Amino acid sequence: MKIFMTSVLSAVMGALIGLGTIVVSDTSEAAWQPKKPVEFVIMAGKGGGADRLARFIQGIIEKNKLSSKPLVPINKGGGSGAEALQYLKSKKGDNHVIMATLNSYYTTPLRQKGLGVDIGSFTPIARMAEDTFQLWVHVDTGITNVKEYVAAVKKAGKKWKMGGTGKGAEDSLVTAMLEKKFGLGVTYVPYKGGGKVAKELIGKHINSTVNNPSEQVGFWDAGKSRPLASFTPKGKLKGKWGKIPTFEDLGHGADMVYYMQRSVVAPGGMSDDARDFYVDLFEKVYRSEEWQNYLVKKGLIPGWLTGEKLQKYFLEERSKHAKLLSK
Amino acid sequence: MEILGHLFDGFLISFEPLNLALVIFGAAIGLFIGAMPGLGSVNGVAILLPMTFLVPPTSAVIFLGAIYYGAMYGGAISSIMLGIPGASTAVATTFDGRPLAMKGEADRALVAAATASFIGGTISVILFTAFAPPLAEVALAFGPPEEFALMMLAFATFIGLGGDDIPKTLFSILIGLVLSAVGLDIVSGEPRLIFMDLPGFMHGINFLVLAIGIYGIGEMLWTVELSKGEVMISQATISVRRVFDSLRELLKTWKTMLMGSFLGYFVGILPAAGATPGSLMAYGFAKTIAKDPDSFGKGNVDGVVAPEAANNAASTGSMLPMLTLGIPGSPTTAILLGGMVIWGLEPGPLLFVEHTEFVWGLIASLYSANLFALLINIAFIPAFIWVLKLPFTVLAPIIFMLCIIGGYVPTLDMHDVWLMLVFGVVGYLMRKLDYPLAPAVLAIVLGPLAERSLRQSLIGSQGDVMIFFERPISGTILIIALLLFVLPAVRVFRQRSHNPNLA
Repeated sequence: MKIFMTSVLSAVMGALIGLGTIVVSDTSEAAWQPKKPVEFVIMAGKGGGADRLARFIQGIIEKNKLSSKPLVPINKGGGSGAEALQYLKSKKGDNHVIMATLNSYYTTPLRQKGLGVDIGSFTPIARMAEDTFQLWVHVDTGITNVKEYVAAVKKAGKKWKMGGTGKGAEDSLVTAMLEKKFGLGVTYVPYKGGGKVAKELIGKHINSTVNNPSEQVGFWDAGKSRPLASFTPKGKLKGKWGKIPTFEDLGHGADMVYYMQRSVVAPGGMSDDARDFYVDLFEKVYRSEEWQNYLVKKGLIPGWLTGEKLQKYFLEERSKHAKLLSK
Repeated sequence: MEILGHLFDGFLISFEPLNLALVIFGAAIGLFIGAMPGLGSVNGVAILLPMTFLVPPTSAVIFLGAIYYGAMYGGAISSIMLGIPGASTAVATTFDGRPLAMKGEADRALVAAATASFIGGTISVILFTAFAPPLAEVALAFGPPEEFALMMLAFATFIGLGGDDIPKTLFSILIGLVLSAVGLDIVSGEPRLIFMDLPGFMHGINFLVLAIGIYGIGEMLWTVELSKGEVMISQATISVRRVFDSLRELLKTWKTMLMGSFLGYFVGILPAAGATPGSLMAYGFAKTIAKDPDSFGKGNVDGVVAPEAANNAASTGSMLPMLTLGIPGSPTTAILLGGMVIWGLEPGPLLFVEHTEFVWGLIASLYSANLFALLINIAFIPAFIWVLKLPFTVLAPIIFMLCIIGGYVPTLDMHDVWLMLVFGVVGYLMRKLDYPLAPAVLAIVLGPLAERSLRQSLIGSQGDVMIFFERPISGTILIIALLLFVLPAVRVFRQRSHNPNLA
């Protein structure tokens, strides 16, 4: 009886597998599927903006069952992402590793030449969005526009404290831009993560910040902080974020623009089939209702990019940052 | 009255069958995760987060909150039973919990840990219920100078931690501080103290690696030496009478429990601190205020009660900045915060107004999570005691294996496992030479926090040291810290004048 059952079972299984192959060969796309859980490396520690975003993406994939095997987030935040970049380099040809990036993807290899990491050798998967920056003050400062801001900072001189997340970090580049444009000289105080920076502004331990929208939106809604201007091109932001003037709107030229890209990359030498699977997976995430709502709510700029175009974008941004850092 | 109304509504939500089942299930899972070395509430919450999409957000956060709580209880179990900290939050529990177990009083230590956790958890939830919005203001008032002052206060209690040998204590603190500086410079981002250019040092030295090395591996080597290969069985007994006796004895520790609960809750509220520093500081304070500080580290129940009350209280406290400011007070709440974004909730000042059901359902469920974690924990104590009765020749390989797993899991890096073995051997040698180890562990936890707040304060003040004394909160705390630094010296002086023969 038992033998009979087993043989029936194996026959059914065999038939199913046969059927499976036929189906698969019919649709040549999406032929590759992950064979084990996929490592989703995050270039930052737990709890920061990049980490929250990566876990949000993982959440969308789980919730909508977009992948047959789960994505397992792994934080490798050491060395401003140096640890993650080295890890990705060591995983050459691995089809089960992907990484969520932010701008330290270019700045870290530029600043730490000893790493020997060339981002041009990695496989681009998808750009999910570009995050933006605004100039923020506490409402109690009474400052309502950039003009008043510049006057206040000039008066305070070095006593004016700008919060940020560290030398060479995105917000320090934006701060440097601001200082150069208006001839200011502020004291830049580094904190651990943008969320902490936002809290320090509300606690009045610092005078201004250049936070991402998602980090300040709660305080803005509660009437505690105020955005003065966006570091975006004219008309790019929508909804309530679009009502904040850009520096271009205010007549300070079109060069006061800075983005934080939110993308996904894979190690070099990943097979084309696997790459296509991930591109398809993240396109589904990108099109999901959750993602689209998140973009609007958190003031991110949609910007789907993949393949050669994305690689070109990365390399252009790298040379742009090389210039910014050399200043 | 409005608060009581909200709380009542919250209880109705938390007693819905689904939510009640999730609380019990979550507390049990948390207990297990907390008891497994290397797996703490962070891992538990991160692993189970995707599961919560199946239920509404309020049930989801209730489930994760219960896991968080259960893990705080569970961490004490392996700290006491095996001498391996079950989670970073339970390292301080090892200091006195393990010696108690070695004396055959494991049941007493376990009951003390569970009860203190319950008291700490309950007091903190009451504080949370009554004073959440004003305390959020306190968290905001704490800038870098205040954080630095608080760290100094914690360091001051260290001096009392090492017993009477102050030079050896200082040495141990300094070693801890050096190890805590490994990694990236927090201001410039440059790598520093990357020994032999090993990339594994880039992420710094994980505090759990040090703690498991020193306490897990080091403890095992120590026991191997003591037993000289003979089969050793710990004397461990449990009976209902003994449990009641221990409970009665615990009444004497009420002061420590209260101190641990309030301190833990307060430290938990401050962003970036969390339950681990909270429990270590509570241990230090308990020792400082104790009449018999010398008995700490040798099996004093107060030494178990203080950190256990504090770590549960801190875990509640760290939810406060998460909910009101959108800033995680601990690594675990950072993951919870990520969950809230996925559930479509916006943490921040408006959450209490716009999502009352979510907030009060969570608060009410913390009361019940606490109760169930206590009951489950007490019910399992006989099973834990049974493990202790295994011969050491069986237990040692298990402990060793758990240490290796515990060292590997947090970062998934073999580098940390090797490092842990090195720390194990070094810890064993330091112990042979009678160096206190707890101060080194404390220094590696608080060192980065102190360094960061010191440098932030001084950058902000253009290098003016007076910033620490000009501000009322930081000034007051710093002066208390300075007094505490001097206290052991006074004590030694007094002992000598009482007892001239000793001098």
